[in-house]
Amino acid sequence: MEVKELKEKVKQVLQKYQLDESVLVDILHDIQAECGYLPKEVLEETSRGLGVPLSRIYSVATFFKAFSLEPRGRHLIHVCTGTACHVRGTVKVLEKMEQALGIKTGETTSDLKFTLETVNCVGACALGPMVIIGENYHGEMTPETVGPVLENYN
Amino acid sequence: MTRLKSSGELEALRKSITEKRDPNKACITICNGTGCQAYGCKDVTAAFHEEVERQNLTAKVDIRSIGCPGFCERGTLVVVKPQDIFYQRVRAKDVPEILAETIGKGNTVNRLLYTDRKTGEKVTYEHEVPFYKKQKRLIIGNNGLIDPTSIDDYLAIGGYSALGKALKMSPEEIIDEVKKAGLRGRGGGGFPTAVKWESARQAHGDTKYVICNADEGDPGAFMDRSLVEGNPHSALEGMIIGAFAIGSNEGYIYIRNEYPLAVRNMRTAIEQAEAHGLLGKNILGSGFDFNIRINRGGGAFICGESTALMASLEGRVGEPRAKYIHTAEQGLWGQPTNLNNVETWANVPLIIKNGADRYREIGTEGSKGTKIFSLVGNIGNTGLVEVPMGITLREIIYDIGGGIPKGRNFKAVQTGGPSGGVLPESQLDLKVDFDELDKAGSMMGSGGMIVMDDKTCMVDVAKYFVSFLEGESCGKCLPCREGLQQMRDILTGITEGCGKRGDIKLLEELSATLVDASLCALGSTAPNPVLSTLRYFRDEYEVHIKEKRCPAGVCNLEAVKVE
Repeated sequence: MEVKELKEKVKQVLQKYQLDESVLVDILHDIQAECGYLPKEVLEETSRGLGVPLSRIYSVATFFKAFSLEPRGRHLIHVCTGTACHVRGTVKVLEKMEQALGIKTGETTSDLKFTLETVNCVGACALGPMVIIGENYHGEMTPETVGPVLENYN
Repeated sequence: MTRLKSSGELEALRKSITEKRDPNKACITICNGTGCQAYGCKDVTAAFHEEVERQNLTAKVDIRSIGCPGFCERGTLVVVKPQDIFYQRVRAKDVPEILAETIGKGNTVNRLLYTDRKTGEKVTYEHEVPFYKKQKRLIIGNNGLIDPTSIDDYLAIGGYSALGKALKMSPEEIIDEVKKAGLRGRGGGGFPTAVKWESARQAHGDTKYVICNADEGDPGAFMDRSLVEGNPHSALEGMIIGAFAIGSNEGYIYIRNEYPLAVRNMRTAIEQAEAHGLLGKNILGSGFDFNIRINRGGGAFICGESTALMASLEGRVGEPRAKYIHTAEQGLWGQPTNLNNVETWANVPLIIKNGADRYREIGTEGSKGTKIFSLVGNIGNTGLVEVPMGITLREIIYDIGGGIPKGRNFKAVQTGGPSGGVLPESQLDLKVDFDELDKAGSMMGSGGMIVMDDKTCMVDVAKYFVSFLEGESCGKCLPCREGLQQMRDILTGITEGCGKRGDIKLLEELSATLVDASLCALGSTAPNPVLSTLRYFRDEYEVHIKEKRCPAGVCNLEAVKVE
């Protein structure tokens, strides 16, 4: 996305929230949904638009787990590491996932296809271990089902 | 929709809705909660809609998507009303048969019925399923009756009648009623709700705020999610009543962004309530104004802490502050603020509608009413259970939860979220309420209940929770930030075979420091998993340290042995 286009997106989101700085987290969520991540130009534009120091935008953007300052893959993988999934063996699923993708948790594959992250709980504990890819829920995951599940995404 | 101008108009609307509905007409409810979405309930729902058209049954049956009724283990859940025939593990391919047999001919489809594990017999009706039998589903039971996106459905079951009643009471009368009911905060603290309301009412300030905390960050807990997803109006109604009692005109709902369906359904509910004159200016002609806004969280566990949540609502980093500044006097934007959890708010309409005396009939001396738990982990029936306070852990785990699967044995149950405690078999007959759990070294917390079998290592469990909390510590105060890191390192050492003599003592010392010196409850309760596992499973730590062995076979201590 061109810088000009990014700035336009930021402007639209800020207007939607009527330049209300108290909804900064919501604003950043919406901007990230539009831009895929939060590049430097976007943070600067948000700071200018809201009249809030860049340092504060940066601190909020880096404090919350939901935001990424790096480009992310087309498919966002969330492996649930909540307690219910943990006692059902999510650690092995996550290890297998890292191995299959050749990246560590928090990283993105070099072809920008997948980003691998963990999530604390999505509340679908009956089906743990749970893996969410984009908006699809994959339940009862095992190290063996990691490969077949990943094949569904291109 | 024209705005309702009085509680009389509200009752007239309710009457016109219920009159149009035939209680004897068949209605198929399909769970569309997040849990069942993972099973593919959307396909099942779509199949029902298509098939009803195809079999020409529109006049004979209604289809309703509902929120989570609790029994996640057996999703997708389908109930055929008015008989309440309970079908479980339903897939899209089963839909034509259900319609042709049950709706068309009045037969049950036996293969989709639940099988009682103890007797091996098929169970036909929902209320006869052992999972539901011992529950007292005053709050979550309504999830099974309504489409959460339909305010008419909520009105049809008596929704907003408590609000109509409350607006005719004085604020003091409302607070007294809630006080008499003995309602205590369901978010974890167990603080008397009415006392909080009273302080906020009496506090001086230009504007007062009420907040609904739906930032349910405890891993393995999803009570609030399913309430917001499945019955958003109940929490809204509670908030409006609370705001009226406190004298507040502005409210916030802070919801986890990881719960997209909950955000969506709450947004719809707010719009509907506004359109009906149940929110906004001059609610039901009472002269009382109240508006609610939704804020989404950003995936920080600490934001479930009230002062951190408020910092986040102000557009700042979610760091808590010292407790000597009372939220009731100086909360959001420095104004008097009252914050309650979703489940607490959802209890309010029940108290106002039926009266405090009726509410007090359930529960123990110090804890009244019911509590919703999310029963997860190594348990036969995973799901949400709503039980009367005072029920024993054994009843929850064995009678409702169906015990431990795969022929394994019970080892421990963890209550109270990551900073709760682990309780062993000897505590199974403990009566579950705020005070008893505290005494046993655990806590009620928001209601997560994680069951662990004999293949679970307690040192690993302690390490898991401490690592979780270490990652979620906001870093503002030193004891929590540094202490948890040290505790995690020691625990990691023990699980990897590098445990030393003195490690346990050091863990206990660090724990004491965290309890005494942390700024907020995250830090001061963070040692609970370590302290409670040390209290009940000390021998397991000692075996790891002295014999370099993990009795449960979870930890890999081999690598170090070879060196």
